[in-house]
Amino acid sequence: MPSLGADMEAGTLVEWRIDKGSRVKRGDVVALVDTEKGVIDIESFEDGVVESLSVKPGVRVPVGTTLALFEGEPVAHAAALPPARAGAPVAIPTMPPAAAPSVERARRISPAARARAASLGVDVAAIHGTGPQGVVTLADVEATVAAAGAKPAAPAAAGRAGIRNAIAASMGRSKREIPHYYLQLALDFQAAASWLEEFNRVRPVPERLLPAVLLIKATARAAAEKDGFSGFYGAGGFARSQAVHVGVAIALRGGGLVAPAILDADRKPLPTIMHELQDLVARVRSGHMRSSEIGTATLTITSLGDEGVDLLLPIIYPPQVAIVGFGSVLERPWAVDGRVEVRPVLNLTLAADHRVTDGRLGAQFLARIRDWLMKPAEL
Amino acid sequence: MTDAAETPDVTREQALQLLGGMLRIRQFEDRCAQLYTELKIRGFLHLYNGEEAVAVGVMQALAPQDAIVATYREHGHALARGVPMNALMAEMFGKRTGASGGRGGSMHVFDTARRFFGGNAIVGGGLPLAVGLALAEKLGRRNGIAACFFGEGAVAEGEFHESLNLAALWRLPVLFICENNLYAMGTALARSEANTDVSAKAASYGMTALPVDGMDVLAVAAATRAAVGAIRGGGGPRLLECRTYRLRAHSMFDAQLYRDKAEVEEWRKRGPLITFTTRCKAAGLITEEDFQRLEKAADGEVEAAVAFAERSEWEPLDALERFVYAEHAT
Amino acid sequence: MSAVAGGDRRITYREALREALREALSADPRVFLMGEDVGRYGGCYAVTKSLLAEFGEERIRDTPLSESAFVGAGIGAALGGLRPIVEIMTCNFSLLALDQIVNNAATLCHMSAGQCPVPVVIRMATGAGRQLAAQHSHSFEGWYAHIPGLRIVAPATIDDARGMLAAALRSPDPVLMFEHIGLLNMEGELIEPLVPLDIDHAAIRRAGRDLTMLSYGASLFKCLEAAATLAGAGVEAEVVDLRTLRPLDDTRIMESVRRTHRVLIVDEGWRSGGLSAELGMRIVEQAFYELDAPIARVCTAEIPIPYPKHLEDAALPSVERVVSAARALVAHES
Repeated sequence: MPSLGADMEAGTLVEWRIDKGSRVKRGDVVALVDTEKGVIDIESFEDGVVESLSVKPGVRVPVGTTLALFEGEPVAHAAALPPARAGAPVAIPTMPPAAAPSVERARRISPAARARAASLGVDVAAIHGTGPQGVVTLADVEATVAAAGAKPAAPAAAGRAGIRNAIAASMGRSKREIPHYYLQLALDFQAAASWLEEFNRVRPVPERLLPAVLLIKATARAAAEKDGFSGFYGAGGFARSQAVHVGVAIALRGGGLVAPAILDADRKPLPTIMHELQDLVARVRSGHMRSSEIGTATLTITSLGDEGVDLLLPIIYPPQVAIVGFGSVLERPWAVDGRVEVRPVLNLTLAADHRVTDGRLGAQFLARIRDWLMKPAEL
Repeated sequence: MTDAAETPDVTREQALQLLGGMLRIRQFEDRCAQLYTELKIRGFLHLYNGEEAVAVGVMQALAPQDAIVATYREHGHALARGVPMNALMAEMFGKRTGASGGRGGSMHVFDTARRFFGGNAIVGGGLPLAVGLALAEKLGRRNGIAACFFGEGAVAEGEFHESLNLAALWRLPVLFICENNLYAMGTALARSEANTDVSAKAASYGMTALPVDGMDVLAVAAATRAAVGAIRGGGGPRLLECRTYRLRAHSMFDAQLYRDKAEVEEWRKRGPLITFTTRCKAAGLITEEDFQRLEKAADGEVEAAVAFAERSEWEPLDALERFVYAEHAT
Repeated sequence: MSAVAGGDRRITYREALREALREALSADPRVFLMGEDVGRYGGCYAVTKSLLAEFGEERIRDTPLSESAFVGAGIGAALGGLRPIVEIMTCNFSLLALDQIVNNAATLCHMSAGQCPVPVVIRMATGAGRQLAAQHSHSFEGWYAHIPGLRIVAPATIDDARGMLAAALRSPDPVLMFEHIGLLNMEGELIEPLVPLDIDHAAIRRAGRDLTMLSYGASLFKCLEAAATLAGAGVEAEVVDLRTLRPLDDTRIMESVRRTHRVLIVDEGWRSGGLSAELGMRIVEQAFYELDAPIARVCTAEIPIPYPKHLEDAALPSVERVVSAARALVAHES
């Protein structure tokens, strides 16, 4: 059955013009076939003698079906045409009934706001939306971030300040309002470094500790011992915090910092702090902070350990009253038993609120941090 | 109609050439019909059987610098113009070695090296193009003409009237060749035209328009020579109404309910190949052996073209979005 | 109109088009112009006034009222090696040549596998606003921008009216150029010396940070006026002139969206299946996560353009509707 058109799928043989044994010339009409368009003459494209007729008149066959065979024709040739596939009716799948819509209304947040909140590590659930019908917009996200760095009573930031503007506002306020004093203390980090090396050597990689963990815990323990460095300064003066939540400044990709807290850092074992630190960094980078982690630090530590800077003079995050900075651990000449040796030296700095503590207390605080770092096994 | 007994005014070489030209077209078209039933050629296929004398006769009288615009029934015109049969068959198959890179298919054969501008599938759509090509010849001070083939069905389209008027108004070197095969798909001319005299319509736009026996390749050639000479001489456009007949259906999927089988048989006996062969044999210009030889040669050429098309490659899919815009500055 | 060397001078949009035509005809003998009443009448909109006297009948050709034939002839002449500029009196009449434009100009290069590029420029007046009623007020730029194989441009500014034609003539592809009737009398500064322009890029006509307005043609100026009003209320709109509607300059559009996060599309076509729909979809595809609000659009009302002025004005995009839509886009509830 020849194909006569793109939409011809089958034809009905009406009449044979040949018989077994007929001698056929190229161009001869050999049959009549009925199609949607009417009866069409079917010609032979070859010379030959008919050996057999395969289809009876009145039968409808798909395009490609052998109608007749010539003598000497290998059967394979006649069947070379791809059989037309009759389209089976496609079963229309019935969709399962849709689940009943959830009762609570979904929060609406614009794609840009959602992306910005993620990059800043802000929990969208905590944001009040001011777009039409309460949609959370970019401006709302940025206002939330700015407010986190400011006193709660501060008016919501109007306009479209970015994260840098939020930091700028916060740091500006800090410098304006908080009388900073600065102390620096250099220490020989050899003991801590050796202890870490030994600790890590006998443990598989997932259980190893970073130096930062020692710094966090040492600072936390010192803050628990010395009043005046862990807490908040507000309208009523200094409010000491019993719990020591150490904020860890973490850089964001694309600029800016957040300083989420490791809660109760003075009491947690080092491995726990290590896991929490790793988890914090990962979640900050992927934008999944918990609101409890933002704005709850009672003091902050910050480090430029990778940058090769000897020491840094940080700015206090209001309403905290102290921030401890850790410079890079660098090989420096060091006096040991009257001789000069090369030791890994770490510079601690303290910026503290002079309304709450003074240099003498600050020095003692730094000394306690150093003491703890000299005996890391007891941390 | 030409008297079959008249001695043809050609040499033996010319007769062999003309006959061979028509045979090549006939064999090519018959083979395409078979390939179509075997699903090798798809889409629409419009075959030229019966009209070979028009394409061969006209192309005889055209020069390489002339531009040609044809319709979707253009295989014969392409072959007569010298488009290689391999490229033409590959185009039927849709292979990248086709005349149009496989992108056009049966209805859109282009070969700019031979100034063959399609292959146009909209009835009447090619006439304005021919007018423009002729305008370019005139403004460019060149001596080429634009030869435009179309069927009598195009006479109903507005573009026929607009184009003839414009060509005559601006005295453009266009040769309009109307192949009047009496049926526009399934509609006989008398059922669609209040006035069926195509030449008269063309003449009314201010050009010389003559009917020609489209079954007689010599008559077509002679009429074309005369018309082309006049056009190149600055005489403005002309129309030749070549009266001919389509021995096959409009396209492959056509039950031909609109015409009598007896009528087709009548015209088959008066077809261009039969009549020219008979006349040439009677005049002693060619022999039966010559005919067999030419037929065999045409057959061989067609088979070689099919083999070429079969083994040619498909265009890769990642080239899909090519050619929508020009890839080079012009 | 004396030219001050190295300075700016004031001309109308119409004069800029005419100067562009004059320059094209002078620079390249292959260029010629044809269309209805372009010669002796001087052009329906007087764009081609005086060109016949300057360049003669061979190159400034008045045609019969046969859009299909003369547009097709333009295509054929381009195939034959010339650089025709075909003027269709208005886009409303281009429908009579739709077969030649869509089935020939847009397809010949592709159907011939690159053998037949069609370097024709087809200029058309477009747009509404003169109470010309339904059959003389269409904006089909978006419709034509649907067709692969065509390039669609819409010069809005004086500089573009002056410079886009040369760029279009340089292109080996068919270019449809839409000249809004409302702009013809517009006067402005032409910055000289002229720099070659392209037809590939959008242009930011006004920088802003609060929302992006995407527009073209006459609507561009409605956007600029709206932006001035909005600035008074502290809303800074960035106004992008699309210039080329096919291909669209996705890069510059998305850059603007990334800056402002809010989009207002102003298009004199109808909204359904129009250019505004295409732009909106592209923005969703390429800059979804930048959006701070749903994409907004101001288009012509879904009616054939009515005759009386008050109804026509109400149907078309207006400065007021643009301002209003922009305000809603940046609105806050507190």
